[in-house]
Amino acid sequence: MSAEPVPLHARVSAKAEGDGLEVSLAGTWQITESRPSWAGFLGTQNPALVRLRVDEVGKWDSSLLLFLFAAQQWCRVTGAHCDTDALPEKIRTLLAQISASHETSVPFDRSENFLVTVGVATQDLLVKMRSIFTFIGECVISAIRLVRHPRKFRWGDCLFEMQQCGAMALPIVSLISFLVGVTLAYTGALVLRQYGGDIYVADLIGLAMVREMGAMMTGVVLAGRTGAAFAATLGNMKANEEIDALETLGIPAVNFLVLPRLLALGVMLPLLALYSNALGILGGMAVSRGLLGISPTAYWVETLSIVSLTDVAVGVIKATAFGLIIGVSGCLRGLQAERSAAGVGQAATSAVVTAILFIIVADAIFAVVFNIIGF
Amino acid sequence: MPEAAAITGSPLAIEAAGLSCGYDGNLVLKNLTFSVRPGEIFFIIGGSGCGKSTLLRNLIGIQTPMAGTVKFFGQTFSDNDPVARRALLKTFGVLYQGGALWSSLTLRQNVSLPLEEYTALSRREIEEIAALKLSQVGLTGFEDYYPAEISGGMKKRAGLARALALDPAIVFLDEPSAGLDPITSRRLDELVLQIREMFGTTIAVVSHELASIFSIADRVIMLDRGEKGIIAEGPPRDLAAQSRDPRVTEFLHRGDLLPQ
Repeated sequence: MSAEPVPLHARVSAKAEGDGLEVSLAGTWQITESRPSWAGFLGTQNPALVRLRVDEVGKWDSSLLLFLFAAQQWCRVTGAHCDTDALPEKIRTLLAQISASHETSVPFDRSENFLVTVGVATQDLLVKMRSIFTFIGECVISAIRLVRHPRKFRWGDCLFEMQQCGAMALPIVSLISFLVGVTLAYTGALVLRQYGGDIYVADLIGLAMVREMGAMMTGVVLAGRTGAAFAATLGNMKANEEIDALETLGIPAVNFLVLPRLLALGVMLPLLALYSNALGILGGMAVSRGLLGISPTAYWVETLSIVSLTDVAVGVIKATAFGLIIGVSGCLRGLQAERSAAGVGQAATSAVVTAILFIIVADAIFAVVFNIIGF
Repeated sequence: MPEAAAITGSPLAIEAAGLSCGYDGNLVLKNLTFSVRPGEIFFIIGGSGCGKSTLLRNLIGIQTPMAGTVKFFGQTFSDNDPVARRALLKTFGVLYQGGALWSSLTLRQNVSLPLEEYTALSRREIEEIAALKLSQVGLTGFEDYYPAEISGGMKKRAGLARALALDPAIVFLDEPSAGLDPITSRRLDELVLQIREMFGTTIAVVSHELASIFSIADRVIMLDRGEKGIIAEGPPRDLAAQSRDPRVTEFLHRGDLLPQ
């Protein structure tokens, strides 16, 4: 076993010299180890002169500098004379650096007054609104270009995105839609049983799923799954200057990156919503069979009697709109992301929040419009 | 006479013995043996893809070597138990290629974090040291800026301040000149010399910048992609003048940057 020298801990001793104090530091002074503090060492003493010595110090780092700086600061405040002549030149240089950084380091105040905050927030809102409309305009122009020059469209990317946001989302959409059907069936049965209208559970679930819940639940799931992924991917591409590289080649990011994603979601979300409708009705059918004793045939016949093609069309129209909303939110937030890891995270979060917010707003608008036109 | 903590009296600051590194079973470097003396400015050089950064990742423990050991001041780091490794982490600081500053923290907070983690200093003392370290790299006045608000060169300097926060005995620098203009790069070289002068810090640099190599390196090892190992070792001027290996002379005599 090798015998390693035990490092001597940081220590301080003092020798009175008239009304002055000679402070001698010794041992190893390392920042990760404990050390004496100037205030603790000085106690109630109040010397008119402090002479600092470090002759017996072994290894040292910023820990030693902190102690010496605290001594210097105390002398400055109390008016005592601080004699550092016995310190090596290197330490005196570092002490001067600490002193300079201490004096020039003024906290950067980022706070604003109320009016400025409101003004900046309003301006920010206007800029954001403008950027949303500009982005939608660019998407429309890009879509017109797609119609005119379909061969220039990136069909491969679009098919890949369709697979990602469509086929890959089937398991989660299946589970959630089936459970929504189950939940609606239980809730409906509570009321309808009291009036002997058990069979109308099929009507409730059929209409609710086809007109509303199928599109809505699929939209919410894809906002979290695909919208966030779009924002993160595009945000990361922006941080890596890939978007800049596209722009400098004269290829608009909207043509290259956004439109394939929008088209993929615009096509796949209605299909997923139809699939969701079927799974929701299946969930309701299972509960009706187990809880209410309604046969699947009776349930299916009742469903067909209430759900018309118009209801299916309503659901499909909504789902298409929700798909475009999710695509626009995800891509826009991704392209607006700050060029940092935190910026990408914020873009993903913002994409999900924006998409869900606008899905609900759009759903309310659809409800009013369909009511007016008698759909 | 006091001496900086970096000079520990140990014979060697870094020792790599029989070190083999790679990814997913693919060997990039095999059987590397070299050492770095305390207080030395040591460069790992070589062309692109020769494994410089891989070697650095293995030295600092981000990647586990496929074979061999890494020791810091005689203590095994590479295959030691987690507690001992954690203790040794305080021995060195790392400046990553892009600075690798935490984007959600200000420069002051970036430099303070290692101090909060490894010391029992008060908040005020931590801020004093953070301000000192930032002033040493010329960033006084930028303490409360976020990384996104400063330039690439400033990010590197802030990264260096963070690497120096715990006054480590060894500092690893990964491509410190990459992406910097020649003047900023030269200032960074001067800063490295100043740190060694002040604290006796051992500095290991991964770089292929000839200007930096010839101006601050005490000794270099040169890696080669085909050889998967070290093809030259020694002071850069000696290698440039005396090496008979065409790979070494071609690299060190590249373009007009002949050694003065």
